[in-house]
Amino acid sequence: MEVLVFLVPLALTLGALGLAGFLWSLKNGQYDDLEGAGWRAIADDEPASEETLPSAGSGRH
Amino acid sequence: MQATRDFSHYVRHLGSGLSHIDLAVEGVNCAGCMSKIERGLSALPDVTLARVNLTDRRVALEWREGTLDPARFIDRLAELGYKAYPFEPVRAEAVETEQASFLLRCLGVAAFAAMNIMMLSIPVWSGNVSDMIPEQRDFFHWLSALIALPAAAYSGQPFFRSAWTALRARRTNMDVPISIGIVTALAMSVMETIHHAEHAYFDAALMLLAFLLAGRYLDQSMRRKTRAVAGNLAALKAETATKFIGADEISVVPIAAVQAGDIVLLRPGERSAVDGNVIEGQSKIDQSLITGETLPVKAGPGTAVYAGTLNLSGALRVRVSAASEGTLLAEISRLLDNAVQARSRYVQLADRASRLYAPVVHTAALLTMLGWAAYGATWHDAIVTAISVLIITCPCALGLAIPAVQTVVSGAMFRTGVLLNSGDAIERLADVERVVFDKTGTLTLPELDVTNALDVPQDVFELAGRLALASHHPVAAAVARASGARKPLAGAEEVAGQGVRGFVRGLEVRLGRPSFCGADQIANDILHRDPEASVVAFRHGETRHVFAVRQRLRPDAAAAIATLVKAGIEAEILSGDREPAVRHAAEQLGIHEWRAGVTPADKIVRIEELKRRGVKVLMVGDGMNDAPALAAAHVSMSPVSATHLSQATADLVFLGDRLAPVVAAIGFSRKALLLMRQNLWLAAGYNLLAVPLAIAGLATPLVAAAAMSGSSLLVILNALRAHRGAKELG
Repeated sequence: MEVLVFLVPLALTLGALGLAGFLWSLKNGQYDDLEGAGWRAIADDEPASEETLPSAGSGRH
Repeated sequence: MQATRDFSHYVRHLGSGLSHIDLAVEGVNCAGCMSKIERGLSALPDVTLARVNLTDRRVALEWREGTLDPARFIDRLAELGYKAYPFEPVRAEAVETEQASFLLRCLGVAAFAAMNIMMLSIPVWSGNVSDMIPEQRDFFHWLSALIALPAAAYSGQPFFRSAWTALRARRTNMDVPISIGIVTALAMSVMETIHHAEHAYFDAALMLLAFLLAGRYLDQSMRRKTRAVAGNLAALKAETATKFIGADEISVVPIAAVQAGDIVLLRPGERSAVDGNVIEGQSKIDQSLITGETLPVKAGPGTAVYAGTLNLSGALRVRVSAASEGTLLAEISRLLDNAVQARSRYVQLADRASRLYAPVVHTAALLTMLGWAAYGATWHDAIVTAISVLIITCPCALGLAIPAVQTVVSGAMFRTGVLLNSGDAIERLADVERVVFDKTGTLTLPELDVTNALDVPQDVFELAGRLALASHHPVAAAVARASGARKPLAGAEEVAGQGVRGFVRGLEVRLGRPSFCGADQIANDILHRDPEASVVAFRHGETRHVFAVRQRLRPDAAAAIATLVKAGIEAEILSGDREPAVRHAAEQLGIHEWRAGVTPADKIVRIEELKRRGVKVLMVGDGMNDAPALAAAHVSMSPVSATHLSQATADLVFLGDRLAPVVAAIGFSRKALLLMRQNLWLAAGYNLLAVPLAIAGLATPLVAAAAMSGSSLLVILNALRAHRGAKELG
């Protein structure tokens, strides 16, 4: 059962990473346009270039 | 005079040398449009951001400050084939967006915590029946507490705050039992953990929070989406004014940038966006949107002009009035305030359920505790059992039962062209017994239509239409629209107060007053037959024709009224228009109860009278004069062409030329109410099964987890049925 010493912190860290990822994506405005995001994934042309992505501060309007 | 467009009012300066503007765009509905617009706008020099939001149908743009005129973007979008308009984020919308994102954060935290605690709970549950030693169980319980307490403190905020507000006002709502359930569950679990007990309910508390937050988020996102679309519609209606910025220089500015004392130009065919007094020019004004009266009123220097009135014939210079005290608008706003205050507070189904629910549950828990104590159990055991009753009855399914139905139904309504302004409108709409319609703009189409199009040869009609395109006059615009003409006649010129004329192969064509075209005799014949119509004459060489133009009923108005009557809902007309016009419409629609020449105050009196008789009234209206009545009625609806004031007051807004959405909305809401009731019964049935277990002291955390998720899934699945079978009124 000593393995718990590793496994429990490991599991919680992974969970916390997931949560942090979710909060980051939320803050970054990735949940603002769920409909559009679905279509962007299957758009044929080049993805929008780096400079046309919203900066973190202006992600939400 | 060519006007410049000034959009600087809408531009936000972000600092770091960037400017930002939000545009509402019409017709963006696919991935293709999205990349086309983004690429088209990014190609402009100095644009640093062009991002389409497909959910809200908007484009966000950023560019280096001072390098571009925002009008450029609108022109560029027009070249790409999209009509765009600058959009001013409304404060209410910003607040709602903030709330939605907070709820989503809470949901994320609660879901994360619930899943991780569940991961720790499963070993405890399986360990309890096998070989787990108490030290390991305590360790897992402490770990759960470590996750659960901060997570619940954060993600429970929406419920705790609302419960606290309710309690402070000596009321109770659904959030009170929820908060009590969660707090006692956590407190008991901590106590049990300290005492090395077998059961802790950390997982149940967090799962409950996650489910309830999902319900709240659904509710919130539904409202946010309709508000965004309604906001776009308002922006696309282009509330602008043409303001004089010099002696003869004019600029098109948004309404918010016009101040009292400014002088604005009101062209023929334009709707006034301001209150003011005419200082120069002669014209006729259509006040139907304000008073319901369809006959135009003469206007000259000194005449008062109200926002929402339509200028018919000549250009006017209007000085924007300093204060709107004593004007018609102020009078209407005052009536509106009174009506809103007097509106009896409707108690939502969810709150009524919780009023019944909370005392029952809390009494059951109390009796359980006393019962066990009397039976000889220790106080500790009695309290633990009582709290497990509270936990298992915590309204997991109840919290989802109503928002889930509301979300599904508002989505279905949205697709039939009905926008919901308030969530509880569904419940109120479901028990409507009488529909009171305004006539002008509600039963009739907002725009004029040619009634005798079939009497005129097609080629003549089209020629008249091409000529009509040169005029701003609303009657001419109706001819142009009805003829389907697209190419204006080259060289056509406007003769002030008379009409338009031009030449076709050397032969003069004229469109305008009957006297201008020498067609008085024909015009009089037509007016004799249809005194309500406006006439416009057309002359081509020696051929003369007269078009009768009038307001036309919505194409399916008669069918919609018939459906309502068949479903046992009475219909009534309450119009500010003159008697013959109202009588005619009522006869055509088969409506027996109608009142003509009604003032805004009379409309309220009538609504109040119906209310006193206990009749649940749906008011459907579009004009400024309807706004107070809309607010006074049990539930209200406006067409999308309505004035801002009416739209803001109405509970629902319907799109398009047809009246069918009104009927469909009633059908959907009845179906929705049925499903909400079913869901509440499902939740009650679940309690009937689970509570005896809890009272008997048999509810383990495992039973609680299974019962909660099972009942929540059940009500969600039931809510999904709202999609189907709501077409019929029943």
